[in-house]
Amino acid sequence: MAPMSSSTMPKRPSDPLDIIDVDSMLTDEERAIRATVRQVCDDLVEPHVVQWYEQGDLPVARELAQEFGKVGLLGMHLEGYGCAGMSSVDYGLACLELEASDSGIRSLVSVQGSLAMYAIHAFGSEEQKQEWLPRMAAGEAIGCFGLTEPDHGSDPGSMRTRARRDGDDWVLDGSKMWITNGSIADVAVVWANAGEENGGIRGFVVPTDTPGFEAHELKNKMSLRASVTAELSLAEVRLPAGAVLPDVTGLKGPLSCLSEARYGIVWGCLGAARTALDAARRYSMERTQFDRPIAGFQLTQAKLAHMSTELQLGRLLALHLGRRKDSVGLRPEQVSVGKYNNVTKAIEICRTARTILGGNGISGEYPVMRHANNLESVLTYEGTVEMHTLVIGQTLTGESAFR
Amino acid sequence: MNIVVCVKYVPDSQSERTFQESDNTVDREATDGLLSELDEYAVEEALKIVEARGGGEVTVLTVGPAAAADAIKKALQMGAHRGVHVQDDAIHGSDAVATSLVLAEAVKKATDGSPELVLTGMASTDGTMGVVPAMMAERLGLPQVTYASELTVGDGTVTIRRDGDTASETVEASLPALVSVTDQINEPRYPSFKGIMAAKKKPVDTWSLADLGLEASQVGLDAAWTTVVTFAQRPPRAQGQIVTDEGEGGAKLAEFLSAQKFL
Repeated sequence: MAPMSSSTMPKRPSDPLDIIDVDSMLTDEERAIRATVRQVCDDLVEPHVVQWYEQGDLPVARELAQEFGKVGLLGMHLEGYGCAGMSSVDYGLACLELEASDSGIRSLVSVQGSLAMYAIHAFGSEEQKQEWLPRMAAGEAIGCFGLTEPDHGSDPGSMRTRARRDGDDWVLDGSKMWITNGSIADVAVVWANAGEENGGIRGFVVPTDTPGFEAHELKNKMSLRASVTAELSLAEVRLPAGAVLPDVTGLKGPLSCLSEARYGIVWGCLGAARTALDAARRYSMERTQFDRPIAGFQLTQAKLAHMSTELQLGRLLALHLGRRKDSVGLRPEQVSVGKYNNVTKAIEICRTARTILGGNGISGEYPVMRHANNLESVLTYEGTVEMHTLVIGQTLTGESAFR
Repeated sequence: MNIVVCVKYVPDSQSERTFQESDNTVDREATDGLLSELDEYAVEEALKIVEARGGGEVTVLTVGPAAAADAIKKALQMGAHRGVHVQDDAIHGSDAVATSLVLAEAVKKATDGSPELVLTGMASTDGTMGVVPAMMAERLGLPQVTYASELTVGDGTVTIRRDGDTASETVEASLPALVSVTDQINEPRYPSFKGIMAAKKKPVDTWSLADLGLEASQVGLDAAWTTVVTFAQRPPRAQGQIVTDEGEGGAKLAEFLSAQKFL
């Protein structure tokens, strides 16, 4: 059968990574924002990220944050206080480009903007906003977000970190685990159980130089190696009355921050997948076995076709959710559908890409295994894939299967 | 001080660039275009001058097809104040001589006949001739100070450093002047998100040849002093040759280098 043709068919060949032209649904400004982030990543991240990953560190996190701040990446979807005030779609596009370079770099930006800055922006006092947000938007101050604990992950309501009143002061005790940016942060948004009489779970803005606050960097990670992760320990951390986030009580505080961050992941993870797919596609066209490029084998083509289709569907889903978020807002279960689908598909794409590269797939010479390993963390953080499954299940059936 | 920066919209050098069979000109449909990277340095330098002096406007000027508006937009996103786009089907296929004519007339019109400072990149990333700045300066009757890797605007003068292979020259010219800058002069800024949104509201004038008082016969393929007679795809890169050292590796290496005339 001859290839289909039509007089209205555009002359330009299809972008192999966007055959259905999802790009045509973006505005010029959205494309320009994406191009800026791509350029920043190409200049500042790509040349070094393999080395950072190899050494298991992000030694230039502060410098990167400042460069990101200059273009407006930090807290970009927040209004005022030095933030760029961009749309959710803009933010999603930025996350995708950041994560196309490395999930760890996207995590730096997500935690700063969607967790730490968002919490202060949404629930903070005017003083807290004035004190922290402009410096955080500029990348001069780095934030982290402490919810998860060593023994309390998917069930944060059972957290053991306590906040008690002592006169007007608050005193925090406990520990937090898997805290991105933890050991480089200037400020931590820490969630603690303040007891029923004080509203249950409350958020606190904790300058990291407060006596009793310590951050220990976690080493030996096999994933997100180009990212700083720490354990926070809080021993009799005394804070003034103004340190509590006044405008929220209960779990909905941290959970709404997480919903914000996982929206970014719906987009971001597709960046990792795009990089892996592109690497596999190029490799398959250059790699010759049995006297022909392996791209010519049907098994390879089946993999590539599946990966590419899933990537494009994921982009449609992300864009749809982004447009909804910008117009009417998103319900948590809608974000769950996005994270559930896109992260599981992204990690599958990276793993399949690895098989196309054969032995070379495990080498740091190619970006594929790095992205696949990173997505192991992404699959779990900001709500595990299992929790999102249960959120969707509950929406379908009305039955809660969490406990 | 008001500065005009001349920029070019070029096919992305990262993608596969081709010519069209019909008239041996660049196939602009086949690839994405963008603001020539070498022109970003001129935009950045203009912005730095205006910022340091605390006043003045940067006008970014291009001659090109409809899509060339993208090059203007990028410069506006970086911070330039207004754009001028000379667009006319008759310009298609113009050589450097005709391009410099259109640019010079547009500079005059944009500055009411009295430009203060005109900046350009050192060359385009597609044609890479680097002659348009000199031709424009000649047409405008301005001193031409080219290949600046450092630029200082003084009182009625402009001083540049031009780096050669063996020496660096410091050259001074009286203002108004035309200066072309190299990729060593600065580090172009990224368009910030705020800059991207602000650019939507910045004015861009689109002028035709008639607006500049030019005739179609003065430009385009037919008026070109030079013509591309033929083009051919660069042959695919041949596979490298691996010499396994079995005692005579050195000799074989020397043989190879000598055959390639490296020795």
